[in-house]
Amino acid sequence: MRRRAVIGALYATPAAVLVVLFFVAPLLLVGWMSLHRWPLLGKPRVNAPDNYTAIGDNALLTTAAWFTLRYTVIITVLLFVIAFGLALLVQNRRKGVGFFRTAFFLPMAVGFASASLLFLGLLSEEIGPLPLADGSPALGSAVLLVLWRFAGFNMLILLTGLQAIPVDVYEAARIDGATRWQTFRRITVPLMRPTIALVLTMMVTGSLLAFDQFWILTRGGPDNSTTSLVMLIYREAFVRLDLGSAAGISVVLLVLLAVVSSVQLTVLRRRSA
Amino acid sequence: MNRWGYYVTGTALAILFLFPLVWSGWASVRTDSGFGAENYARLFTSANGIRPVHVLNSVIVSATTVGGTLIVATFAGYAFGRFKFPGRDLLFLLTLAILMVPYATILIALYVLLGWLGLEDSLVGLSIVLIVFQLPFSVFMMRNSFEAVPVELEESARVDGCTSLGTLVRIMLPAVRPGLVTVGLFAFLTSWSEFFAPLILLNSTDKFTTVLAVVNMRTASHGSIDYAALEAGVVFMAVPCLVLFAFMQRSYVRGFTSGALKG
Repeated sequence: MRRRAVIGALYATPAAVLVVLFFVAPLLLVGWMSLHRWPLLGKPRVNAPDNYTAIGDNALLTTAAWFTLRYTVIITVLLFVIAFGLALLVQNRRKGVGFFRTAFFLPMAVGFASASLLFLGLLSEEIGPLPLADGSPALGSAVLLVLWRFAGFNMLILLTGLQAIPVDVYEAARIDGATRWQTFRRITVPLMRPTIALVLTMMVTGSLLAFDQFWILTRGGPDNSTTSLVMLIYREAFVRLDLGSAAGISVVLLVLLAVVSSVQLTVLRRRSA
Repeated sequence: MNRWGYYVTGTALAILFLFPLVWSGWASVRTDSGFGAENYARLFTSANGIRPVHVLNSVIVSATTVGGTLIVATFAGYAFGRFKFPGRDLLFLLTLAILMVPYATILIALYVLLGWLGLEDSLVGLSIVLIVFQLPFSVFMMRNSFEAVPVELEESARVDGCTSLGTLVRIMLPAVRPGLVTVGLFAFLTSWSEFFAPLILLNSTDKFTTVLAVVNMRTASHGSIDYAALEAGVVFMAVPCLVLFAFMQRSYVRGFTSGALKG
Protein backbone atom coordinates (compact mmCIF):
# COMPACT_ATOMS: atom_id res chain seq x y z
CA MET A 1 0.00 0.00 0.00
CA ARG A 2 2.85 2.39 0.85
CA ARG A 3 4.40 1.52 -2.49
CA ARG A 4 1.20 2.49 -4.32
CA ALA A 5 1.16 5.88 -2.60
CA VAL A 6 4.73 6.51 -3.76
CA ILE A 7 3.90 5.52 -7.34
CA GLY A 8 0.83 7.78 -7.33
CA ALA A 9 2.86 10.70 -5.99
CA LEU A 10 5.47 10.11 -8.70
CA TYR A 11 2.83 10.28 -11.43
CA ALA A 12 1.54 13.53 -9.99
CA THR A 13 5.02 15.09 -9.71
CA PRO A 14 5.27 16.73 -13.17
CA ALA A 15 1.91 18.45 -12.67
CA ALA A 16 2.88 19.46 -9.11
CA VAL A 17 6.16 21.01 -10.27
CA LEU A 18 4.43 22.96 -13.06
CA VAL A 19 1.61 24.16 -10.80
CA VAL A 20 3.94 25.31 -8.02
CA LEU A 21 6.58 26.87 -10.26
CA PHE A 22 4.34 28.51 -12.87
CA PHE A 23 1.13 29.16 -10.98
CA VAL A 24 1.67 29.47 -7.22
CA ALA A 25 5.04 31.23 -7.55
CA PRO A 26 3.88 33.91 -10.05
CA LEU A 27 0.73 34.42 -7.97
CA LEU A 28 2.90 35.25 -4.95
CA LEU A 29 5.36 37.17 -7.13
CA VAL A 30 2.71 39.49 -8.55
CA GLY A 31 1.77 40.44 -4.98
CA TRP A 32 5.45 40.93 -4.06
CA MET A 33 6.07 43.02 -7.19
CA SER A 34 3.11 45.27 -6.42
CA LEU A 35 4.96 46.40 -3.26
CA HIS A 36 8.00 47.54 -5.24
CA ARG A 37 9.10 50.16 -7.68
CA TRP A 38 9.95 47.54 -10.31
CA PRO A 39 11.33 48.94 -13.57
CA LEU A 40 11.46 46.67 -16.64
CA LEU A 41 15.27 46.93 -16.53
CA GLY A 42 17.19 47.66 -13.35
CA LYS A 43 16.93 46.86 -9.66
CA PRO A 44 13.56 46.82 -7.87
CA ARG A 45 13.18 48.58 -4.52
CA VAL A 46 10.38 48.67 -1.98
CA ASN A 47 7.93 51.55 -2.41
CA ALA A 48 4.75 50.19 -0.81
CA PRO A 49 2.03 51.32 -0.92
CA ASP A 50 2.78 53.73 -3.79
CA ASN A 51 1.58 51.40 -6.55
CA TYR A 52 -1.80 51.15 -4.86
CA THR A 53 -2.21 54.81 -3.97
CA ALA A 54 -1.23 55.71 -7.55
CA ILE A 55 -4.24 53.74 -8.80
CA GLY A 56 -6.55 56.39 -7.39
CA ASP A 57 -4.70 59.18 -9.21
CA ASN A 58 -4.54 57.38 -12.53
CA ALA A 59 -7.10 59.19 -14.67
CA LEU A 60 -6.82 56.69 -17.50
CA LEU A 61 -7.49 53.88 -15.05
CA THR A 62 -10.83 55.41 -14.03
CA THR A 63 -11.79 55.66 -17.70
CA ALA A 64 -10.65 52.11 -18.37
CA ALA A 65 -12.45 50.71 -15.30
CA TRP A 66 -15.74 52.36 -16.26
CA PHE A 67 -15.40 51.31 -19.87
CA THR A 68 -14.61 47.70 -18.90
CA LEU A 69 -17.57 47.64 -16.52
CA ARG A 70 -19.96 49.02 -19.14
CA TYR A 71 -18.67 46.53 -21.68
CA THR A 72 -19.06 43.66 -19.18
CA VAL A 73 -22.70 44.54 -18.50
CA ILE A 74 -23.55 44.86 -22.20
CA ILE A 75 -21.82 41.59 -23.17
CA THR A 76 -23.18 39.57 -20.24
CA VAL A 77 -26.79 40.60 -20.88
CA LEU A 78 -26.74 40.22 -24.68
CA LEU A 79 -24.61 37.09 -24.79
CA PHE A 80 -26.69 35.34 -22.14
CA VAL A 81 -30.01 36.13 -23.81
CA ILE A 82 -28.77 35.05 -27.26
CA ALA A 83 -27.01 31.90 -26.04
CA PHE A 84 -30.06 30.83 -24.02
CA GLY A 85 -32.31 31.50 -27.01
CA LEU A 86 -30.09 29.37 -29.24
CA ALA A 87 -29.98 26.57 -26.65
CA LEU A 88 -33.80 26.53 -26.42
CA LEU A 89 -34.03 26.50 -30.22
CA VAL A 90 -31.81 23.43 -30.62
CA GLN A 91 -32.57 21.52 -27.41
CA ASN A 92 -34.84 18.88 -28.99
CA ARG A 93 -33.74 16.15 -31.37
CA ARG A 94 -35.34 17.02 -34.67
CA LYS A 95 -34.27 17.20 -38.27
CA GLY A 96 -31.49 19.66 -38.98
CA VAL A 97 -30.66 20.27 -35.33
CA GLY A 98 -27.12 18.90 -35.71
CA PHE A 99 -26.44 21.31 -38.57
CA PHE A 100 -27.77 24.28 -36.59
CA ARG A 101 -25.68 23.41 -33.53
CA THR A 102 -22.54 23.08 -35.64
CA ALA A 103 -23.23 26.36 -37.46
CA PHE A 104 -23.65 28.26 -34.19
CA PHE A 105 -20.59 26.64 -32.63
CA LEU A 106 -18.26 26.85 -35.63
CA PRO A 107 -16.97 30.43 -34.93
CA MET A 108 -15.34 28.93 -31.82
CA ALA A 109 -12.91 27.04 -34.10
CA VAL A 110 -11.46 30.37 -35.28
CA GLY A 111 -8.96 31.79 -32.80
CA PHE A 112 -10.13 34.92 -31.03
CA ALA A 113 -7.36 37.12 -32.42
CA SER A 114 -8.11 35.81 -35.93
CA ALA A 115 -11.79 36.47 -35.38
CA SER A 116 -10.93 40.05 -34.36
CA LEU A 117 -8.96 40.51 -37.59
CA LEU A 118 -11.84 38.99 -39.53
CA PHE A 119 -14.25 41.54 -38.08
CA LEU A 120 -11.77 44.36 -38.63
CA GLY A 121 -12.12 43.70 -42.35
CA LEU A 122 -15.80 42.78 -42.24
CA LEU A 123 -16.73 46.10 -40.64
CA SER A 124 -14.21 48.25 -42.52
CA GLU A 125 -15.19 50.83 -45.09
CA GLU A 126 -12.55 49.61 -47.55
CA ILE A 127 -13.61 46.02 -48.13
CA GLY A 128 -16.39 45.33 -45.63
CA PRO A 129 -19.89 44.47 -46.80
CA LEU A 130 -21.32 45.92 -43.59
CA PRO A 131 -19.29 48.99 -42.62
CA LEU A 132 -20.52 50.31 -39.28
CA ALA A 133 -21.97 53.79 -39.23
CA ASP A 134 -19.85 56.43 -37.50
CA GLY A 135 -22.03 56.60 -34.37
CA SER A 136 -20.13 54.56 -31.79
CA PRO A 137 -18.51 51.94 -33.99
CA ALA A 138 -15.67 51.04 -31.64
CA LEU A 139 -17.67 49.42 -28.84
CA GLY A 140 -20.37 48.14 -31.18
CA SER A 141 -17.96 46.25 -33.39
CA ALA A 142 -16.35 44.53 -30.39
CA VAL A 143 -19.78 43.53 -29.07
CA LEU A 144 -20.80 42.07 -32.44
CA LEU A 145 -17.53 40.15 -32.63
CA VAL A 146 -17.87 38.64 -29.15
CA LEU A 147 -21.52 37.68 -29.69
CA TRP A 148 -20.63 35.93 -32.95
CA ARG A 149 -17.63 34.13 -31.53
CA PHE A 150 -18.96 33.00 -28.13
CA ALA A 151 -22.75 32.56 -28.49
CA GLY A 152 -22.40 28.96 -29.71
CA PHE A 153 -19.92 28.02 -26.99
CA ASN A 154 -22.25 29.25 -24.25
CA MET A 155 -25.20 27.66 -26.04
CA LEU A 156 -23.42 24.30 -25.76
CA ILE A 157 -22.90 24.63 -22.00
CA LEU A 158 -26.51 25.77 -21.44
CA LEU A 159 -27.62 22.83 -23.58
CA THR A 160 -25.96 20.35 -21.22
CA GLY A 161 -27.89 21.96 -18.36
CA LEU A 162 -31.18 21.87 -20.29
CA GLN A 163 -30.73 18.22 -21.16
CA ALA A 164 -29.97 17.27 -17.57
CA ILE A 165 -33.56 18.17 -16.59
CA PRO A 166 -35.59 14.92 -16.45
CA VAL A 167 -38.38 14.68 -19.02
CA ASP A 168 -40.94 13.59 -16.39
CA VAL A 169 -40.69 16.96 -14.68
CA TYR A 170 -41.94 18.66 -17.86
CA GLU A 171 -44.48 15.88 -18.29
CA ALA A 172 -45.88 16.53 -14.81
CA ALA A 173 -46.05 20.28 -15.42
CA ARG A 174 -47.94 19.68 -18.66
CA ILE A 175 -50.48 17.44 -16.95
CA ASP A 176 -50.97 20.09 -14.26
CA GLY A 177 -51.86 22.50 -17.05
CA ALA A 178 -48.86 24.84 -16.78
CA THR A 179 -48.41 27.31 -19.63
CA ARG A 180 -45.14 27.37 -21.53
CA TRP A 181 -43.99 30.54 -19.77
CA GLN A 182 -44.83 29.09 -16.35
CA THR A 183 -42.88 25.92 -17.15
CA PHE A 184 -39.90 27.99 -18.22
CA ARG A 185 -39.95 30.27 -15.17
CA ARG A 186 -40.84 27.68 -12.51
CA ILE A 187 -38.99 24.62 -13.80
CA THR A 188 -36.36 25.32 -16.45
CA VAL A 189 -34.69 28.34 -14.86
CA PRO A 190 -34.55 27.09 -11.22
CA LEU A 191 -33.28 23.65 -12.23
CA MET A 192 -30.62 25.22 -14.42
CA ARG A 193 -29.27 27.55 -11.76
CA PRO A 194 -25.82 25.92 -11.45
CA THR A 195 -25.31 25.98 -15.22
CA ILE A 196 -26.57 29.55 -15.46
CA ALA A 197 -24.22 30.57 -12.64
CA LEU A 198 -21.29 28.94 -14.44
CA VAL A 199 -22.08 30.62 -17.76
CA LEU A 200 -22.63 34.03 -16.19
CA THR A 201 -19.38 33.81 -14.22
CA MET A 202 -17.43 32.93 -17.34
CA MET A 203 -19.03 35.82 -19.21
CA VAL A 204 -18.31 38.33 -16.45
CA THR A 205 -14.71 37.25 -15.82
CA GLY A 206 -14.02 36.93 -19.57
CA SER A 207 -15.32 40.45 -20.21
CA LEU A 208 -13.44 41.97 -17.27
CA LEU A 209 -10.27 40.58 -18.87
CA ALA A 210 -11.06 41.78 -22.41
CA PHE A 211 -7.93 42.52 -24.40
CA ASP A 212 -7.56 40.97 -27.88
CA GLN A 213 -10.72 42.47 -29.36
CA PHE A 214 -9.87 46.07 -28.39
CA TRP A 215 -6.15 45.73 -29.07
CA ILE A 216 -6.89 44.59 -32.61
CA LEU A 217 -10.16 46.31 -33.51
CA THR A 218 -9.81 49.75 -31.96
CA ARG A 219 -6.29 49.93 -30.47
CA GLY A 220 -8.02 51.40 -27.41
CA GLY A 221 -9.15 54.49 -29.29
CA PRO A 222 -10.56 56.87 -30.21
CA ASP A 223 -8.98 58.94 -27.38
CA ASN A 224 -8.55 55.89 -25.09
CA SER A 225 -12.33 55.52 -24.97
CA THR A 226 -12.09 51.74 -25.54
CA THR A 227 -9.06 51.03 -23.35
CA SER A 228 -9.80 48.00 -21.15
CA LEU A 229 -8.21 47.19 -17.79
CA VAL A 230 -5.91 44.50 -19.18
CA MET A 231 -4.79 46.90 -21.94
CA LEU A 232 -3.88 49.31 -19.18
CA ILE A 233 -1.81 46.63 -17.41
CA TYR A 234 0.01 46.00 -20.68
CA ARG A 235 0.63 49.72 -21.15
CA GLU A 236 1.95 50.22 -17.60
CA ALA A 237 4.33 47.28 -18.04
CA PHE A 238 5.60 47.58 -21.59
CA VAL A 239 5.00 51.19 -22.62
CA ARG A 240 5.65 52.95 -19.31
CA LEU A 241 8.07 50.14 -18.32
CA ASP A 242 6.69 50.13 -14.77
CA LEU A 243 6.11 46.49 -13.81
CA GLY A 244 5.30 47.37 -10.17
CA SER A 245 2.37 49.54 -11.16
CA ALA A 246 1.15 46.86 -13.61
CA ALA A 247 1.37 44.30 -10.78
CA GLY A 248 -0.64 46.59 -8.49
CA ILE A 249 -3.48 46.86 -11.01
CA SER A 250 -3.30 43.08 -11.58
CA VAL A 251 -3.74 42.40 -7.86
CA VAL A 252 -6.81 44.66 -7.70
CA LEU A 253 -8.27 42.87 -10.75
CA LEU A 254 -7.47 39.49 -9.14
CA VAL A 255 -9.38 40.42 -6.00
CA LEU A 256 -12.33 41.58 -8.11
CA LEU A 257 -12.36 38.26 -9.98
CA ALA A 258 -12.10 36.30 -6.73
CA VAL A 259 -15.23 38.10 -5.50
CA VAL A 260 -17.10 37.18 -8.70
CA SER A 261 -16.02 33.55 -8.39
CA SER A 262 -17.00 33.28 -4.74
CA VAL A 263 -20.44 34.71 -5.53
CA GLN A 264 -20.79 31.89 -8.04
CA LEU A 265 -19.77 29.32 -5.42
CA THR A 266 -22.38 30.70 -3.04
CA VAL A 267 -25.09 30.38 -5.66
CA LEU A 268 -24.00 26.81 -6.39
CA ARG A 269 -23.92 25.84 -2.73
CA ARG A 270 -27.33 27.34 -1.96
CA ARG A 271 -28.80 25.02 -4.58
CA SER A 272 -27.29 21.85 -3.14
CA ALA A 273 -28.23 22.76 0.45
CA MET B 1 -42.50 26.73 -31.75
CA ASN B 2 -44.07 25.15 -34.79
CA ARG B 3 -42.04 23.43 -37.47
CA TRP B 4 -41.90 26.31 -39.90
CA GLY B 5 -40.96 28.80 -37.23
CA TYR B 6 -38.16 26.48 -36.13
CA TYR B 7 -36.73 26.01 -39.61
CA VAL B 8 -36.99 29.66 -40.65
CA THR B 9 -35.40 30.94 -37.42
CA GLY B 10 -32.72 28.25 -37.39
CA THR B 11 -31.76 28.77 -41.03
CA ALA B 12 -31.68 32.56 -40.73
CA LEU B 13 -29.45 32.35 -37.66
CA ALA B 14 -27.20 29.71 -39.25
CA ILE B 15 -26.68 32.02 -42.24
CA LEU B 16 -25.83 34.89 -39.87
CA PHE B 17 -23.27 32.76 -38.03
CA LEU B 18 -21.70 31.23 -41.14
CA PHE B 19 -21.64 34.45 -43.17
CA PRO B 20 -18.45 35.99 -41.64
CA LEU B 21 -16.53 32.76 -42.24
CA VAL B 22 -17.64 32.49 -45.84
CA TRP B 23 -17.04 36.18 -46.40
CA SER B 24 -13.44 36.05 -45.15
CA GLY B 25 -12.70 33.19 -47.56
CA TRP B 26 -14.23 35.21 -50.39
CA ALA B 27 -12.46 38.45 -49.42
CA SER B 28 -9.11 36.66 -49.21
CA VAL B 29 -9.20 35.70 -52.91
CA ARG B 30 -10.94 38.85 -54.15
CA THR B 31 -8.62 41.20 -56.04
CA ASP B 32 -9.01 44.43 -58.01
CA SER B 33 -9.27 42.52 -61.26
CA GLY B 34 -11.35 39.57 -60.09
CA PHE B 35 -10.12 36.61 -58.11
CA GLY B 36 -6.61 35.35 -57.46
CA ALA B 37 -3.94 34.51 -54.90
CA GLU B 38 -2.42 38.03 -54.81
CA ASN B 39 -3.58 38.74 -51.27
CA TYR B 40 -1.86 35.58 -50.09
CA ALA B 41 1.29 36.55 -51.99
CA ARG B 42 1.33 39.93 -50.20
CA LEU B 43 0.66 38.19 -46.87
CA PHE B 44 3.85 36.17 -47.24
CA THR B 45 6.10 38.77 -48.90
CA SER B 46 5.33 42.17 -47.34
CA ALA B 47 7.85 43.52 -44.83
CA ASN B 48 5.53 42.99 -41.85
CA GLY B 49 3.88 39.82 -43.11
CA ILE B 50 4.26 36.13 -42.31
CA ARG B 51 7.67 34.55 -42.85
CA PRO B 52 8.29 30.77 -42.89
CA VAL B 53 10.00 31.04 -39.50
CA HIS B 54 6.74 32.32 -37.96
CA VAL B 55 4.85 29.28 -39.19
CA LEU B 56 7.64 27.05 -37.89
CA ASN B 57 7.48 28.80 -34.50
CA SER B 58 3.73 28.22 -34.33
CA VAL B 59 4.19 24.56 -35.18
CA ILE B 60 6.90 24.19 -32.50
CA VAL B 61 4.79 25.91 -29.83
CA SER B 62 1.66 23.94 -30.72
CA ALA B 63 3.49 20.58 -30.87
CA THR B 64 5.28 21.21 -27.55
CA THR B 65 2.08 22.36 -25.88
CA VAL B 66 0.00 19.44 -27.16
CA GLY B 67 2.71 16.87 -26.31
CA GLY B 68 3.47 18.37 -22.91
CA THR B 69 -0.19 18.73 -21.97
CA LEU B 70 -0.94 15.12 -22.96
CA ILE B 71 1.98 13.72 -20.96
CA VAL B 72 1.50 15.80 -17.81
CA ALA B 73 -2.31 15.47 -17.82
CA THR B 74 -2.21 11.71 -18.43
CA PHE B 75 0.17 11.09 -15.53
CA ALA B 76 -1.71 13.47 -13.24
CA GLY B 77 -5.13 12.18 -14.28
CA TYR B 78 -3.99 8.61 -13.61
CA ALA B 79 -2.59 9.63 -10.22
CA PHE B 80 -5.78 11.48 -9.21
CA GLY B 81 -8.11 8.85 -10.62
CA ARG B 82 -6.47 5.69 -9.30
CA PHE B 83 -4.04 6.44 -6.45
CA LYS B 84 -4.20 7.79 -2.91
CA PHE B 85 -1.19 9.77 -1.73
CA PRO B 86 -0.53 12.60 0.73
CA GLY B 87 -1.36 16.04 -0.69
CA ARG B 88 -3.54 14.61 -3.43
CA ASP B 89 -6.63 16.70 -2.72
CA LEU B 90 -4.63 19.89 -2.17
CA LEU B 91 -2.83 19.49 -5.49
CA PHE B 92 -6.08 18.79 -7.31
CA LEU B 93 -7.70 21.89 -5.81
CA LEU B 94 -4.65 24.01 -6.70
CA THR B 95 -4.79 22.77 -10.28
CA LEU B 96 -8.47 23.67 -10.58
CA ALA B 97 -7.76 27.06 -8.97
CA ILE B 98 -5.80 27.99 -12.10
CA LEU B 99 -9.21 28.44 -13.73
CA MET B 100 -10.10 31.12 -11.19
CA VAL B 101 -6.94 33.13 -11.78
CA PRO B 102 -7.01 34.05 -15.46
CA TYR B 103 -3.48 34.35 -16.62
CA ALA B 104 -3.77 37.90 -17.90
CA THR B 105 -3.36 38.89 -14.25
CA ILE B 106 -0.19 36.90 -13.52
CA LEU B 107 1.49 37.18 -16.91
CA ILE B 108 3.55 40.14 -15.72
CA ALA B 109 4.98 37.95 -12.94
CA LEU B 110 5.49 35.04 -15.35
CA TYR B 111 7.43 37.39 -17.62
CA VAL B 112 9.82 38.22 -14.75
CA LEU B 113 9.98 34.60 -13.57
CA LEU B 114 10.83 33.23 -17.03
CA GLY B 115 13.53 35.87 -17.28
CA TRP B 116 15.10 34.58 -14.04
CA LEU B 117 15.01 31.04 -15.46
CA GLY B 118 16.74 32.16 -18.67
CA LEU B 119 13.55 31.52 -20.66
CA GLU B 120 12.72 35.05 -21.75
CA ASP B 121 11.78 35.51 -25.41
CA SER B 122 11.73 31.70 -25.67
CA LEU B 123 9.31 29.36 -27.44
CA VAL B 124 9.90 26.76 -24.70
CA GLY B 125 8.98 29.27 -21.99
CA LEU B 126 5.80 30.21 -23.89
CA SER B 127 4.89 26.52 -24.32
CA ILE B 128 5.32 25.84 -20.59
CA VAL B 129 2.98 28.71 -19.74
CA LEU B 130 0.42 27.45 -22.27
CA ILE B 131 0.66 23.92 -20.81
CA VAL B 132 0.07 25.20 -17.27
CA PHE B 133 -3.06 27.08 -18.29
CA GLN B 134 -4.29 24.01 -20.13
CA LEU B 135 -3.92 21.87 -16.98
CA PRO B 136 -7.19 22.47 -15.08
CA PHE B 137 -9.34 21.34 -17.99
CA SER B 138 -7.10 18.51 -19.14
CA VAL B 139 -6.28 17.05 -15.70
CA PHE B 140 -9.97 17.14 -14.80
CA MET B 141 -10.86 15.50 -18.10
CA MET B 142 -8.21 12.75 -17.75
CA ARG B 143 -9.10 12.04 -14.14
CA ASN B 144 -12.72 11.46 -15.16
CA SER B 145 -11.58 9.26 -18.06
CA PHE B 146 -9.38 7.07 -15.84
CA GLU B 147 -12.08 6.79 -13.17
CA ALA B 148 -14.44 5.45 -15.82
CA VAL B 149 -12.16 2.52 -16.71
CA PRO B 150 -13.14 -0.71 -14.87
CA VAL B 151 -10.67 -1.57 -12.07
CA GLU B 152 -10.64 -5.26 -13.14
CA LEU B 153 -8.93 -4.34 -16.41
CA GLU B 154 -5.99 -2.86 -14.53
CA GLU B 155 -5.80 -5.64 -11.93
CA SER B 156 -5.68 -8.43 -14.50
CA ALA B 157 -2.75 -6.66 -16.16
CA ARG B 158 -0.96 -6.45 -12.81
CA VAL B 159 -1.56 -10.13 -12.15
CA ASP B 160 -0.03 -10.83 -15.55
CA GLY B 161 3.12 -9.12 -14.29
CA CYS B 162 2.90 -5.76 -16.05
CA THR B 163 4.80 -2.94 -14.34
CA SER B 164 2.80 0.13 -13.34
CA LEU B 165 4.06 2.14 -16.29
CA GLY B 166 3.51 -0.81 -18.61
CA THR B 167 -0.09 -1.10 -17.43
CA LEU B 168 -0.65 2.59 -17.99
CA VAL B 169 0.80 2.61 -21.50
CA ARG B 170 -0.50 -0.71 -22.82
CA ILE B 171 -3.80 -1.20 -21.00
CA MET B 172 -5.04 2.17 -19.79
CA LEU B 173 -4.13 4.53 -22.62
CA PRO B 174 -6.25 2.76 -25.27
CA ALA B 175 -9.16 2.84 -22.82
CA VAL B 176 -8.98 6.63 -22.35
CA ARG B 177 -8.42 7.55 -26.00
CA PRO B 178 -11.54 9.77 -26.35
CA GLY B 179 -10.30 11.85 -23.42
CA LEU B 180 -6.84 12.13 -24.96
CA VAL B 181 -8.31 13.30 -28.28
CA THR B 182 -10.37 16.01 -26.59
CA VAL B 183 -7.47 17.19 -24.44
CA GLY B 184 -5.07 17.23 -27.41
CA LEU B 185 -7.51 19.04 -29.67
CA PHE B 186 -8.21 21.66 -27.03
CA ALA B 187 -4.49 22.17 -26.44
CA PHE B 188 -3.88 22.59 -30.16
CA LEU B 189 -6.72 25.04 -30.76
CA THR B 190 -5.60 27.16 -27.80
CA SER B 191 -1.88 27.17 -28.49
CA TRP B 192 -2.23 27.70 -32.25
CA SER B 193 -4.51 30.72 -31.79
CA GLU B 194 -3.25 32.22 -28.52
CA PHE B 195 -2.40 35.89 -28.82
CA PHE B 196 -1.94 37.58 -25.44
CA ALA B 197 0.64 35.20 -23.92
CA PRO B 198 3.02 35.30 -26.95
CA LEU B 199 2.53 39.08 -27.16
CA ILE B 200 3.87 39.44 -23.63
CA LEU B 201 6.45 36.64 -23.58
CA LEU B 202 8.03 36.96 -27.05
CA ASN B 203 9.97 40.09 -27.99
CA SER B 204 11.99 39.54 -31.15
CA THR B 205 10.25 39.25 -34.52
CA ASP B 206 12.22 36.07 -35.26
CA LYS B 207 10.42 34.39 -32.38
CA PHE B 208 6.92 35.59 -33.35
CA THR B 209 4.18 33.04 -33.87
CA THR B 210 1.94 33.33 -36.94
CA VAL B 211 -0.82 35.08 -35.01
CA LEU B 212 1.60 37.72 -33.73
CA ALA B 213 2.95 38.24 -37.24
CA VAL B 214 -0.49 38.74 -38.77
CA VAL B 215 -1.65 41.07 -36.00
CA ASN B 216 1.63 42.92 -36.44
CA MET B 217 0.61 43.63 -40.06
CA ARG B 218 -2.31 45.54 -38.64
CA THR B 219 -0.67 47.28 -35.69
CA ALA B 220 2.68 48.11 -37.31
CA SER B 221 1.13 49.74 -40.35
CA HIS B 222 1.14 53.49 -39.94
CA GLY B 223 -0.57 54.20 -43.22
CA SER B 224 -3.51 52.29 -44.61
CA ILE B 225 -4.24 48.76 -43.47
CA ASP B 226 -4.02 45.98 -46.09
CA TYR B 227 -7.39 44.45 -45.18
CA ALA B 228 -7.41 41.89 -48.00
CA ALA B 229 -4.04 40.46 -46.94
CA LEU B 230 -5.31 40.38 -43.34
CA GLU B 231 -8.28 38.27 -44.41
CA ALA B 232 -5.85 35.95 -46.19
CA GLY B 233 -4.01 35.67 -42.86
CA VAL B 234 -7.29 34.91 -41.06
CA VAL B 235 -8.00 32.08 -43.52
CA PHE B 236 -4.44 30.76 -43.27
CA MET B 237 -4.71 30.51 -39.48
CA ALA B 238 -8.29 29.24 -39.40
CA VAL B 239 -7.96 26.42 -41.94
CA PRO B 240 -5.96 23.98 -39.74
CA CYS B 241 -8.42 24.54 -36.89
CA LEU B 242 -11.49 24.10 -39.09
CA VAL B 243 -10.08 20.92 -40.67
CA LEU B 244 -9.25 19.39 -37.28
CA PHE B 245 -12.59 20.50 -35.97
CA ALA B 246 -14.44 18.85 -38.85
CA PHE B 247 -12.64 15.55 -38.25
CA MET B 248 -13.01 15.50 -34.51
CA GLN B 249 -16.16 17.49 -33.84
CA ARG B 250 -18.00 14.48 -32.47
CA SER B 251 -15.50 13.56 -29.79
CA TYR B 252 -14.73 17.19 -29.07
CA VAL B 253 -18.33 18.09 -28.33
CA ARG B 254 -19.01 14.80 -26.53
CA GLY B 255 -15.89 15.04 -24.37
CA PHE B 256 -16.73 18.62 -23.64
CA THR B 257 -20.31 18.02 -22.58
CA SER B 258 -19.46 15.00 -20.42
CA GLY B 259 -16.80 17.05 -18.63
CA ALA B 260 -19.21 19.92 -18.12
CA LEU B 261 -21.88 17.62 -16.76
CA LYS B 262 -19.65 16.03 -14.19
CA GLY B 263 -18.35 19.44 -13.13
